[in-house]
Parts: sequence; structure tokens; C-alpha cells
Amino acid sequence: MKNMILAASIALLLLAKGAHAQQPPGDVAKGKALYMKNGCYECHGTVGQGGTGPRLAPRTASLAYVRKPAGQMPPYTPKVMPDAELLDVQAYLMSIPAPPAVKSLGILNQ
Amino acid sequence: MPKSKRNPVGRRGFLRGAVAGAAAFAAQAPNATPQQQNANAPARAEATAPAESGVRIVERAGSDFMVDVIQSLGIEYVFAMPGSSFAGLHESILNYAGNKNPEYITCMHEESSVAMANGYAKVEGKPVAIAVHGTVGLQHASMAVYDAFADHSPVYMILGNSQDATKRGGEVIWVHSAQDPAALVRDITKWDDQPVSLPHFAESAVRAYKIKMTPPMGPVAITIDTELQEEQIPIGTNLRIPKLSPSTPPAGDGAAIADAAKMLVAAENPVLLAGRMARTPEGMKNLVELAELLQCAVLDQHRRLNFPSRHPLNQSNRAGQGGKPLMVPVVMAPDLVVGLESNDLYTAIRLVRARNPQLKVISISAGDLFQRSNYQNFQRYTEEDISIAADAEATLPYLIEACKKLITDDRKRTFQARGAKLAEAHNQALEKARLDASYGWDASPISTARLSAELWAQIRTEDWALVTDSSPWIHDWPLQLWDFTKHYQYIGGAGAEGVGYAAPAAVGAAFAHKRHGRLPIAIQPDGDLMCANGVLWTAAHHKIPMLTMMHNNRAYHQEVMGLQGLANRRQRGIDHIEIGTKIYDPYIDYAKLASSMGVRSEGPITDPKDLAGAIRRGIQAVKGGEPYLVDVVTQPR
Ligand code: HEC
Repeated sequence: MKNMILAASIALLLLAKGAHAQQPPGDVAKGKALYMKNGCYECHGTVGQGGTGPRLAPRTASLAYVRKPAGQMPPYTPKVMPDAELLDVQAYLMSIPAPPAVKSLGILNQ
Repeated sequence: MPKSKRNPVGRRGFLRGAVAGAAAFAAQAPNATPQQQNANAPARAEATAPAESGVRIVERAGSDFMVDVIQSLGIEYVFAMPGSSFAGLHESILNYAGNKNPEYITCMHEESSVAMANGYAKVEGKPVAIAVHGTVGLQHASMAVYDAFADHSPVYMILGNSQDATKRGGEVIWVHSAQDPAALVRDITKWDDQPVSLPHFAESAVRAYKIKMTPPMGPVAITIDTELQEEQIPIGTNLRIPKLSPSTPPAGDGAAIADAAKMLVAAENPVLLAGRMARTPEGMKNLVELAELLQCAVLDQHRRLNFPSRHPLNQSNRAGQGGKPLMVPVVMAPDLVVGLESNDLYTAIRLVRARNPQLKVISISAGDLFQRSNYQNFQRYTEEDISIAADAEATLPYLIEACKKLITDDRKRTFQARGAKLAEAHNQALEKARLDASYGWDASPISTARLSAELWAQIRTEDWALVTDSSPWIHDWPLQLWDFTKHYQYIGGAGAEGVGYAAPAAVGAAFAHKRHGRLPIAIQPDGDLMCANGVLWTAAHHKIPMLTMMHNNRAYHQEVMGLQGLANRRQRGIDHIEIGTKIYDPYIDYAKLASSMGVRSEGPITDPKDLAGAIRRGIQAVKGGEPYLVDVVTQPR
């Protein structure tokens, strides 16, 4: 239930801002700290590039998945990570710029 | 009475003989036995009369004859940390053999000796020997023995022991002796013996060699008694060395192969799933031939390099986690999977079988010919339609011939269309891997993708080889991004996934590459190096050229994630999980560690822009014949 409320509230906030990739309601700096503190980076990389877990950034989608992961990911319940913190993390993930185009990275084309 | 010395002229003669032997070896047909290849095969040590009594002088030691036997098997090196229980053999290697064929390679941990021997054998297809104390040394070595066992790697172990209780000179020798030293590793070796005489040694040593080289290969152990080594060879002892009669690798049964070929040719979407199939370059060549004949998909599980990574039929990059598929991806929708020495066939087909219960499965594996019960490396039981208990590499040529007979022009056209689609999917998967690698490109800590791409940019024009595992620890980036074409360029990882394998196996593999003048590259996990980092000294001391790039994520990262998962499920948060899982306070300075052991080094590097220069300097040093280490602070994976 909480999941749904969180997802809905994020969706509403995004709608209110009329945004797709625009800054979400959370705090980017706090979100970065929380992303590190809560160990998201251990599986998703410090800039959300992916690792054991899939790539998370840049992205706009909600993080509601963390409440009830269906696969290998450990669940983060509100007890260990309140909704507000998730919004901050989302803000951080949204703030990460897209990588340079593959074609522009010469050595990645060899 | 003067100390007995070999006559120096005789010694020079011996060295000439050894050189001639090596030259003969180089010119031999590949299937000549080591004894045929070795000009020094007959025993040189002979039983002679004992010296006058008084001072204890030994004219011809038993271990001299042991060296003759080792030499007759073509074993060129003995990797060992010294131990009194095989000191007789040690001395014979130095002073009787002149430290050549075999040459003594100094190791700093018995686990290192065995893992080095494992890495060496996987590159060279030819074993070295290792020597350890039968008790405390073997105890150190045992994890590496299990890795070699699970990896079907032929490690030849010599265990020192004092059998005769009445001859053990004091407390230390007693605690270093055992009734049955090899018992410790009997569950994870193919064969062992504790010979009681020199002729018995000769026979068992030759038998051990034969057994370990017959697929499925695996470690063997010969226990050598201190007295047998150190004492005079008894007069009249018949010191004949039995002829080595290598077994041909077992090929599959003709009728079963014909049935398998029928299924393969008829299948709409067959997948060839290769684990430890290519024991030699020949295996790789044959798998390419079979795949091209059928224009079918190949998934390389990469316990060896079974298939060129950029071959259009290679679909490994399509399989989830990096380039080393644990499972056949559901999108490939196979109707037939053929496991070729597949390491975990059950898991590999689990999802596709759940989706398609009609899935047909064939297995060709020498693993079915030899199992032990205790350690569970044999994996889950797999239900198969045809199960061929045979060496897959030896069976492939027959399977190819059987398929050729069945392929009609009609099938050929279908195959061509299938191949074209697979080539397209291969290209898309490579493009996706490159796109994935671009994320976090400029991140610090440095992404493992960037590290791999920077390496590839500089090694691709060299005769390179990766000597560590392209593992999930580094997201399998090398296997995803690099163009692996030669069998020796990749040797898989730790058969039993033991941490502490990577560093010594890499040094052993690099040692094997040295004579070929290749450029060995190691991407070295930090926690693994700290198990027994004396191998760095071994690399420096024996001038083993290799470029080690640290994957320094400052953690036992697999355990970080595991603990994090548990803590979260228990809703306790992850505030404390760094305790016992992270390597911090202080961070380890790997560049200093390496230079303290004589390995030139630099780092820690945290800015990816600094990588290219460090790699360039490293390659230069390696080309100059030395090991070089670059400490790179990396992302967790
Ligand atoms: C122990 C590893 C691990 C940790 C820690 C972890 N994740 Fe995940 N995450 C995964 C894996 C693996 C998946 C893929 C789905 C699965 O297996 O559950 C995933 C999936 C996700 C997804 C869904 C992605 C998608 O595109 O569908 C989101 C969102 C996510 N994680 C966010 C987070 C956040 C935020 C944190 C920290 C609060 C976090 N994860 C911590 C491993 C982890």
C-alpha cells in the first residue's frame, strides 16, 4: 500500500511540475549522500551506471521497486529508508547527466 | 673423507644433454609422450657401493633417481616453498639436475605453488610439479588443490613425509609426519600413492602422470619418504623407469554421436553450450567448425576459451550478466541445448526448460567418467535426452562428420538464414555492451568498464593474454568488449571459486607465457591478492613479465552485498555491514606493497584520465621483461 502511495505521490509531483526529465521534488545533495549511505551504489554503481544491479541513471521512473523487489535485490522497507529519503535518492539519480555518445569515445569502438 | 661431488666434466656433459633434450622436445610431434620427447629419459642415478663408515656420506641419493623420473616425464619446473620433508629432492634438483629440467621456482605459500601450477597448466597444456610438506604444507595448499580438481586441471603434487616412526628425529619431524598425508586431499584428487621403494616410486610417479592427464584431468599426489630421498640407493636396486603410456582421451560412442547429430541437424534453434570443452586450441577450432557447419548459436561459459569472442555465432553477450552466461537466455528460445563439458548444465537450462518443457538436452562430458562424493562440485543432476560420457574435445570431430552426412541443401539454406539472424544479434549485443560501458565513463572510483576499455585500447595490437578471470567481479567486461581469438588468451577462473586463486594462478600463467614472449594482463581483485601476496615477490625474483591492474574496490564486495541483503530483509539497515567486509582504515597501498617486493608499480589511480599513461608505462616495463603493478581504485563492480 505504502508502495502505491509513494509511487502515486511521485507521479503526481512529476505531473504537477509538468515534467519528464525535470528535477523531482527531492534534494540532490542529500540524495547522493543517502544513495551512498544506504549502499545502493554497491550494486548499482556510484553514478547509477549499473553493476550487479541494473543501470539506474539517468532515469525518471519512481524508486518504488525498492519496497518489494522481485529478484535478487534486497528490500528496503520504510523502516530502514523512509519515503522522503527515496525521493531524495531519485532526485540524485535524475541529476546524473547522460554519458557521452559511444561513438565519441574512440577507444570503446575498437 | 671428502664430500662426494659429481665430476664437473660429467656435469657439463649433463647440461649439454639437457640442451639437446630441450631441442629435441621443440622438434617433436605434438603427440609424442614426454618421455619420447626427453633425451634424458633413462635413469642416470645408479646404485653404487656405500662410502666407508664413520662420517655419513651419500654417494647416490634416492632423490637423484626421483629427479630422473621427474625429468623423464618432461616436467620442467617444480614450484615450491621449501620444506625439510622434501629437502632431499630439493637438493637433488639443485645439485644433481643443475637446477634445470626441473628448475626450482621459489614460492612463498603452498597455496601459491598449487594455484601457480594450475594457471601454468591451463596455458601450456603441460604440467609442472609442486612440492609441499605432506602435513602443514598440504594443509596450506588444499584450497588451491580443490580449485584445480573442480577445474579439471592436472596438478602434479609431491608430498614430503617421514614414514618410519623410529627414524623421526624429534618433535618437529613428528608433528610434520602423517600416516597417510594424501588423505587430506583424497576427496579432491584423482589418485595418490605413498611408494615404499624407489622402483615403486618410479612406477607410481609414471602412473600418476598418466592418470592426471587423462580427461577429466585432475590433481594427483605422490608422497615421498624422507629416508627414501636422503639415503643411498641400495645396491642392486633395479632403477628402471617404466615407459609412460598416455591414454587417448575417451571419445563418444558412435551410435550415440549419430543420434546426437540427427537431433542437431533437425533442430530449429540449437545452442552449443561450452564450459571446459577446449582443453587445447584444437577444441576451439573444432567448435568453430561445428557451429559454422550448423550456423547455430554458441554460448561460451568461459571456463576455458572455447570460442572466439567476436565470432558472429557467439551469443554469449546476450546472456544476462556480462559475457559469461550462467543461463541460456529465454529470448534465444532453443529447442535443443548441447552441453559440452558444461560446468552447470542444470542451472544453464533451468529457465528455458521451464518455458519449453519439450526442450531437448544432450550432454557430452568426461565429468561423467569420474566423480568423488564428498565435495559437491558436480552440481545438480540434469535430465538429458542423450548423455555421452566422453571427452567433448575428442568427440567433436566425430560429431562434425556425423552432422556433415545428414545436412541436405534444404537444411543448408535454413542454416544460412539462421546464421544471418544470429550474426545480427551478436552485433547488437556488442553494441549494447559498448553502450552499457559508456555509463559511468568518467566516474571516480574508476568504472571497471573504463578500466577494461583503456586496457584493450593498448593491448589489442600486442600478443596479449588475460591471466585472471573476466569475472562478474568486473562485470565480465573483457569478455564483453575484447576480441579473444586464441585459446591461450583466456583460462577461466577458480574451479571451486576459492578466493586467493587469482593472484597465484595469474603468476603461474604469466610464467607459461614468458617463453612465448606474450603480454600477460591481470585484473587483480584486492581481497584475493591479500591471501598470499608473496607471489609478487616470486614474479619479481623469477622475472616474470606481467601487467597487473588492481581492481581495488577496497572490499570483499560479494560479501558486502550478501550481508546487505540479509540486514535489509531483517529491517535492520546496513549501517554496520562494512565490519568484516570492507578493507579500510587503513586502505592498503598496493603500489607500495608491490615495490616492497621488487615489483615496479604506481598508483593508487582514482582519475580515469590517468589510466592510459599508467598502462603505457606498464606495458613498457613488461616488454622489458619485468612485472609491473598499477593500483586502480575501482567501482564495486
Ligand atoms: C545487493 C544489491 C543491491 C542493492 C544494495 C540495491 N539494489 Fe537495486 N537492484 C538490485 C538488483 C539485482 C536489481 C534487479 C532486479 C532484482 O533482481 O531485484 C535491482 C533493481 C532495482 C530497481 C529496479 C530497476 C529497474 O529498472 O527495473 C531499482 C529502482 C533499484 N534497484 C533501486 C535501488 C536503490 C534506490 C537502492 C538503494 C536504496 C538499491 N536499489 C540497492 C540490486 C541491489
